[in-house]
Amino acid sequence: MKKHVFAFALLSAGFTGVGSAQNSDLDQPLAEGGAVETTGIAPSGIDADDGGLTFTVTDESDWSDIGIAIPAFATDRDQPTPASASGTAALGQEVARVITGNLRNNGLFKPTGPDSLPQPTFPQITAPSWGSWSGRGAEMLVHGYVRAREDDKLVVGCYLYDVALKDELIREGWVVSPADWRRAAHKCSDLIYARLTGEDPFFDSRIAYIAETGPKDKRVKRLAVMDSDGANHRFLTLGSATALTPRYSPDYSKLLYLSYVDGNPRIYVYDIGRGSQTLVTENKSPTLAPRWSPDGKFILYSMAVAGNTDIYRVSVTGGESTRLTNTPGIDIAGSYSPDGSKIVFESDRSGSQQCYVMDADGTNQRRITFFGGRCATPEWSPRGDQIAFTRIAGDFNVAVMTPTGRNLKVLTNGWQDEAPTWAPNGRIIQFFRTTRNAGRSGLWQVDLTGRNERRLPTPVDASDPAWGPIRP
Amino acid sequence: MMNKPAATVMLLASASAIAACSREAPEELPPAPVATTAPAPAPAPAPAPSGPQVGSQAHFADALGQSTVVFFDTDRFNIDSSDAARLQAQAQYFSQYPQLTFTIEGHCDERGTREYNLALGERRANAAKNYLVSLGISAERITTVSFGKERPVALGSDQASWAENRRAASIMIN
Repeated sequence: MKKHVFAFALLSAGFTGVGSAQNSDLDQPLAEGGAVETTGIAPSGIDADDGGLTFTVTDESDWSDIGIAIPAFATDRDQPTPASASGTAALGQEVARVITGNLRNNGLFKPTGPDSLPQPTFPQITAPSWGSWSGRGAEMLVHGYVRAREDDKLVVGCYLYDVALKDELIREGWVVSPADWRRAAHKCSDLIYARLTGEDPFFDSRIAYIAETGPKDKRVKRLAVMDSDGANHRFLTLGSATALTPRYSPDYSKLLYLSYVDGNPRIYVYDIGRGSQTLVTENKSPTLAPRWSPDGKFILYSMAVAGNTDIYRVSVTGGESTRLTNTPGIDIAGSYSPDGSKIVFESDRSGSQQCYVMDADGTNQRRITFFGGRCATPEWSPRGDQIAFTRIAGDFNVAVMTPTGRNLKVLTNGWQDEAPTWAPNGRIIQFFRTTRNAGRSGLWQVDLTGRNERRLPTPVDASDPAWGPIRP
Repeated sequence: MMNKPAATVMLLASASAIAACSREAPEELPPAPVATTAPAPAPAPAPAPSGPQVGSQAHFADALGQSTVVFFDTDRFNIDSSDAARLQAQAQYFSQYPQLTFTIEGHCDERGTREYNLALGERRANAAKNYLVSLGISAERITTVSFGKERPVALGSDQASWAENRRAASIMIN
């Protein structure tokens, strides 16, 4: 990887084509997998019954963890695969580990992984050995298999059983290329999560963020992306120019982010497959705070002209920008409602940062926060029912409220917790936490109860997370 | 905030610095060395200049002392009397060297959200620029750039450090 980066830097330095300067900080392009193919898999020996246990996640409900046993996925024939030099049996173990990691730490489940469980045989995947599982106190049982096809592709089957009812609750299978084996594990995690909670899935998604290294006064900030669990990590920029505030496009083909590559803060539209970027608007003024419209057709950004910052909208195909705000002061951080009809944003027109809502054409601007502190970086939930924001009242905390500014609830209590971003299902919020004095930063997740908080491991310090939608 | 570095002392110091420096500073740079053909012996190092050249940040800093930077209160961007005195010293310098162009960098403390701080830094840089323009410095000579909270000079998380970081710094363009 290091060598490639170096080679690319030399190449780009020698390259004199149009746009080479603004591409000079870019690392190699990244191939993004497309849709995962769903496949029919054999039913278990028992009739599926839709009347199994279901739960609904609500903000206030007190959860008793559901015990879930996730033994290694079996294989019909252990054989080498490009996904694992040790073969499909070892890969089956890895798949179960990924699912266990996903289901842990969100306050809903108590998963037990393959490292402390007996390994079922291939025939047992569709005919569980109930006796050996009911004695382990697991209420739910996950079984699955990994099979390598002639064309090297992997078929991954996933079954969820209710141990007490001795019943299959749901099953699904996927065909993935070896490089995408983790996506099958995430799809299986999503299947289990959605079946047991009644909520939409979120594990098969990616996160863009800013990787930080170096001392506080000379931070190196690189654009980076990873899976929702931190795997498949890639740096997309080299670090010679400061990169900030990325946002994935709804189809994962592009990233909006701010770069100082020409010496000034400007928003670029980075094409992930091509590995090249263009300015969001041809203008000498600084552009800030990029956001996508939910359909991916428009980009919201802010532009500072002679010190005055307003929010603009431009088509993703380019052309004229439309100015949406025109008050003196800083209007910034616009975020669309999921139906695209409204925009929540922050403005200091009242004298301090507060949150406002307007119609998507800029009309009907009205302030929604009056809680005494300041409201910054509002992000509309993908479910539409809540707005997450940075609440500044002494310290910086992540909080949520309704789109009319009611039912404010503070979810975190760090010294500086900033820039919330929603999981695709609107049930978990990711943000970054900065430590006092040292200035170290990391990515954290919290659920809507505020009780389940965890740090997402990253290779180096991290900030400005942006969670993308569920992948096809 | 009250923690403004002692502007008066700086002003006195910078006034004498201007007097001291302008005497020996050459008005024009020496001509660039002519490229020689193929293998030439390593050129002898140029004799050390007797002082910073006009157009360098060092010359500007020697002349202005700490008046190259102005400071702001939390979330504010107004030019107060101590800022005004420093910008007047800058205007005097830039009037003396009308060939110079420069950048004003706007900065914020870490106790603001990232995007807002980028916009606020832009506002501070423009406030300083507008004041210099009001003193007769052509707007064409001044560019602005905001670094928000990305480039602090004081590294602590305390009021004194934050006061030092809320600044607009004038930087020579080379």
